[in-house]
Amino acid sequence: MKKMVYEQLQEQLFYEKMENGLDVYILPKKGFNKTYATFTTNYGSVDNQFVPLGKTEMKRVPDGIAHFLEHKLFEKEDGDVFQQFSKQGASANAFTSFTRTAYLFSSTANVEKNLETLLDFVQSPYFSDKTVEKEKGIIGQEIRMYDDNPDWRVYFGVIESMYQNHPVKIDIAGTVESIAQITKDLLYECYETFYHPSNMLLFVVGPVDEQKIMQQIRDNQAKKSFPKAQKVERFIYKEPSEVAEKKKVIPMHVQTNKCFVGIKAPSVPPAGKEKLVHELAFNVLLDYLFGKSSPHYERLYRLGLIDETFMYDYTEEREFGFAMVGGDTSDADRLSEEVKQILFSFSIDTVKGEELERVKKKKIGAFLRSLNSPEYIANQFTRYAFNGGSLFDVVSVLQSLTTEQIGEIAKQCFCESQIAVCQVVPKEKK
Amino acid sequence: MVNEKITTVQQINVHTVPTNKYKTNTLVWKMKAPLSRETVTLRALLPYVLQSGTAKYPSVKQLRTYLDELYGATLNVDLAKKGENHIITIRIDVANEVFLQEKTPLLEKALQLLADIVLRPAMENGRFVEEIVAQEKRALKQRIQAVYDDKMRYASLRLIQEMCKGEPYALHANGELEDVDGITAEQLFQYYQKTLSEDEIDLYVIGDVQEDAVLQAVTSHFSMPSRNVRSSGGTQVAHKAPEKVNEVVEKQDVKQGKLNIGYRTNVTYNDDDYYALQMFNGIFGGFSHSKLFINVREKASLAYYAASRLESHKGLLMVMSGIEPSNYEKARQIIEKQMEAMKNGDFTDEEITQTKAVIRNQLLETIDTPRGLVEVLYHNVVSKRKRPMEEWLSGTDRVTREDIVRVAGKVELDTIYFLTGMEGAE
Repeated sequence: MKKMVYEQLQEQLFYEKMENGLDVYILPKKGFNKTYATFTTNYGSVDNQFVPLGKTEMKRVPDGIAHFLEHKLFEKEDGDVFQQFSKQGASANAFTSFTRTAYLFSSTANVEKNLETLLDFVQSPYFSDKTVEKEKGIIGQEIRMYDDNPDWRVYFGVIESMYQNHPVKIDIAGTVESIAQITKDLLYECYETFYHPSNMLLFVVGPVDEQKIMQQIRDNQAKKSFPKAQKVERFIYKEPSEVAEKKKVIPMHVQTNKCFVGIKAPSVPPAGKEKLVHELAFNVLLDYLFGKSSPHYERLYRLGLIDETFMYDYTEEREFGFAMVGGDTSDADRLSEEVKQILFSFSIDTVKGEELERVKKKKIGAFLRSLNSPEYIANQFTRYAFNGGSLFDVVSVLQSLTTEQIGEIAKQCFCESQIAVCQVVPKEKK
Repeated sequence: MVNEKITTVQQINVHTVPTNKYKTNTLVWKMKAPLSRETVTLRALLPYVLQSGTAKYPSVKQLRTYLDELYGATLNVDLAKKGENHIITIRIDVANEVFLQEKTPLLEKALQLLADIVLRPAMENGRFVEEIVAQEKRALKQRIQAVYDDKMRYASLRLIQEMCKGEPYALHANGELEDVDGITAEQLFQYYQKTLSEDEIDLYVIGDVQEDAVLQAVTSHFSMPSRNVRSSGGTQVAHKAPEKVNEVVEKQDVKQGKLNIGYRTNVTYNDDDYYALQMFNGIFGGFSHSKLFINVREKASLAYYAASRLESHKGLLMVMSGIEPSNYEKARQIIEKQMEAMKNGDFTDEEITQTKAVIRNQLLETIDTPRGLVEVLYHNVVSKRKRPMEEWLSGTDRVTREDIVRVAGKVELDTIYFLTGMEGAE
């Protein structure tokens, strides 16, 4: 077991790679009631084409299958794992993102028992035709719920507009039609390919004894046998650098317009520190341009073009990266134009050192705040680890960001070819 | 378990919770007044105007620049209803400099800023700045209208409006749209002075702090005007047993129907039966092992979500679910059947044990976050019934099957609200 100490943050992290390849991290948090654990596979909605374990040819699977699998893993021959967790006083959950599927529990008692349940249920799939059919009704309602949600529609609308081929443009849950094609055999195939321990990471954070917990995990894993680890071969989509369509308008039964401007990064660093630098530089740049203390925010707010729903965000995983800027607005076209203008007229030479320092200070404070949250620590640590970086490098990378690194992003991304706009507007009354 | 010290200075109840769990320190300012038609919109506007500028930092940009300099201290405000009370909350969260290379005393600065925000706002001509008020009126209208576009929230709001018609609780915490335009900077400023004088005020300070230092800082920064506090004297329950179930169907262009059902529990935070009510809700619909989730979602496959929640100070129980419009009757029958089962004591000892464990866990997890901790502690202020954290745990543990059935017997169906699609329309 390896120990890493982060002195300024007053945190200690323990790490060990299990014999079967599973990466395990433990972060003891004294004073907290809750222990939070995530068991995550490096497998998400974008992994829709790959060579299944033991096969030689690429296979395309139905959209939404990673998310479907996440739902179904909770069901076992003798009942529902949610039930078992709640009997043990824990609350369990799971989520699927573009690139990850995470299973988690939090509990303030019976931590060892709950951890055992987490490891065992994720590592013992049980899919049957009957339960697969039943799930289609439930997920169908989940999809409908999102269909009626204008915030979700506009968010996914921008991504759809930005990408030409990459499956990041496909809704994580799939569609009612695509999930209809899912069968138990397909689920097993995806499971066996992506749920090998060597493709997974376990993170435990809370008031725990790291020695005891690590020993428990070793013992648990030693009891199970897995085929030899094999590198997963994923299909590499060729994605042109420019956006697919410049503008998309979705009429819905809403009262307020919603407008997002998407900025597509033409390329992103594949992994490691370089990737972390890229992501944080993009975030700092957005904060500089659109934060509440920026002149642009003040102006747009005064003009009534934005309100408290205004947000900006940058997402970077594996081989894709995109930013979003927008929210509810009184005039969707005007807001799109204003945001584009801000981006296109930006020049790194006008950025003052003290302004940049202030944004960095803000980011460092926000990072400290997020360390109050066990959920944040486990989920973000896992995300950075899958991208070949470390959560605990955030502060030092922020401190060492240069104006050149930030200027480079603006140069690559702030041009017409990288911008897509999506608007949700009220449906015309007939 | 939670070391809360309460001392009143300058007629502010200062609650200090020293802990070194967090990397930040948290300030939460709460002002409480009765919910009423006359003041609901003024009150909904006020904190947003206050957070837009102080005498020292008279614009959003200047104020936010200062917050950024304090290592990205966060400032946010919101409004809530607790029973028939309308509560303004202002929160500031600031990094603890122990974890930084910098040694500025950030908490002291944050407290000073909070005092500036509530006591020394940006002003012109003896009232709030016209431009700020105009901007925030516009933002308030957008905030009120936004509910309409979020069908889950919209359905919950409509259920309350229908169910509590004529009671203050029917008012929305964000105010009423038609009142907004008429508000003037002067009128709002007068209302502001009245709240400072009459509201019950509680300040929570959570983090790496000592009570005496906090009290000293509060004394030096918060020079309150002379106060004439109107105590609301605990939760008022407008208890109305419905004679006939109120059924409301509303049609909109939606794909998923929202079935929301409201009950009167006739039990509130003040009552001895409160823990039994929590247990009742836990078995019925509060969790993923509850009857609603199991029967509506897992067994009948009708919904992605099907759950219930309590309004503790008003005595309401609300069921919510998202279903295919054509499944209305089916879903409603299943929900009603689960309620019947609760009233008949048709639940196992295992469900009781399981629910106790989950409620205990939920409470302990909630108080792991500064925000959650304040919300739990503030129940004691709203209700005038002090329930220490230990009592929450032991009180829940002591609940028996008989207690739950007795509480179930008090629960009365009031209103069924269904938001559904326009069949054949388009």
